[in-house]
Amino acid sequence: MIEILSQYGRAFLYYDGQGLSGLAVTLWLLVLSLVIGFCMAVPLAVARVSKNRWVSTPVRCYTYVFRGTPLYVQLLLIYSGVYSLQIVHAHAALNEFFRSGLHCAILAFGLNTGAYTTEIFAGAIRATSHGEVEAARAYGMSRWTMYRRVILPSALRRALPLYSNEVILMLHATTVAFTATVPDVLKVARDANSATYMSFQAFGIAALIYLAVSFALVAAFRQAERRWLAYLAVRGH
Amino acid sequence: MFLYGFGPILLAGTIKTIELSVLSLAVSVLLGLLGAVAKLARNRLVAGVATAYTTLIRSVPDLVLMLLLFYSIQIAVNQLTDALGMDQIDIDPFVAGVLTLGFIYGAYFTETFRGAFLAVPRGQLEAGSAYGMSGIRVFARILFPQMMRFALPGIGNNWQVLVKATALVSIIGLADVVKAAQDAGKSTFNMFFFILVAAMIYLAITTVSNVVLLWLDKRYSIGVRHAEL
Repeated sequence: MIEILSQYGRAFLYYDGQGLSGLAVTLWLLVLSLVIGFCMAVPLAVARVSKNRWVSTPVRCYTYVFRGTPLYVQLLLIYSGVYSLQIVHAHAALNEFFRSGLHCAILAFGLNTGAYTTEIFAGAIRATSHGEVEAARAYGMSRWTMYRRVILPSALRRALPLYSNEVILMLHATTVAFTATVPDVLKVARDANSATYMSFQAFGIAALIYLAVSFALVAAFRQAERRWLAYLAVRGH
Repeated sequence: MFLYGFGPILLAGTIKTIELSVLSLAVSVLLGLLGAVAKLARNRLVAGVATAYTTLIRSVPDLVLMLLLFYSIQIAVNQLTDALGMDQIDIDPFVAGVLTLGFIYGAYFTETFRGAFLAVPRGQLEAGSAYGMSGIRVFARILFPQMMRFALPGIGNNWQVLVKATALVSIIGLADVVKAAQDAGKSTFNMFFFILVAAMIYLAITTVSNVVLLWLDKRYSIGVRHAEL
């Protein structure tokens, strides 16, 4: 245990001698894919609840496909599948993008979490109480203003508990990134395992790191809920 | 030629994936029921162990746990057989996959069943024992059928996640549908097509599961009136 820690401790946290590795890469993957997912999910959730079928059906198909297939398969499709296509090789920019495992991992994770987040936000938008919407209409708000001032602020708050779940699941999902040669925590653990044959210790350290990050995220979201969902909390006397 | 002659291999992989999912589901439901009973037990030690199990397992990624358990169990077995002077026993990757997946998802099922147990009104159980039913009979006749109604949405979710998690077993060397697709893609230089086929197979499995779950939900909520909105 001490041996692995002294030899791989730095690689587990941030630097493996060549570049960023371990926890730093895992957190970078997590943050970037969550940002992409969130930015996609807000407009897509609004489209998902639209009464116009031509708008809602494509979004429904997107979430259906991405939630119905494993993330690992999606990553394989983007990393090994797309790169094997002739068109991608012929195009300089595409070739450059899909050659990097990190780019492919972020693209796959962003699209995947985007699909789950869209459904979470769409559910919260649907659960908006009709009185609020009627009040907004009575004030003569346009649809855009109504979404910006009434529906989205309240729906995103109410989605917070489910969204925190999705963030934890996304942290867990980043572990498949090592199959695309991204040096995240699990990749370092596998390197340590194949170099020392101390499997339990190597993967045990990785498990502890993920455990710590999960606990930190849970604590952070609890604070966020206390702040933004205070009006839903059970009130004491 | 259809699927370049890799049809049988993909079919075998698909069957392996389904077998793995169903067997791990059985293991995890069993563990989940035990865990839920333990978590609700009055004995503090039992409840504490169950709480530690669900908290730890659910905070660590399934892939990390899979690799951790898969490699360490083999090493532990090797040490045991060495100490006893026996020949090395190689653990079958399929059995190891079922047990690790079952152990991991048992923690998720524990939480599902715990919530469902709590949702059955206490008076119902008391009425059962007032009729002189034994504990097991109360469980089988009163608690279980009603609990299933509350547990079903959670079970459905866990099942979908479990099916998708089986894609990871190809990393520990099991010949599931992903492995079959990768092998086929490598030898025909048509990776994109074969991974797409694997994705379609998963999509088909989740679609069929959705239909079955809807049917089960209908069956277990016979006699429940939904609010009409």
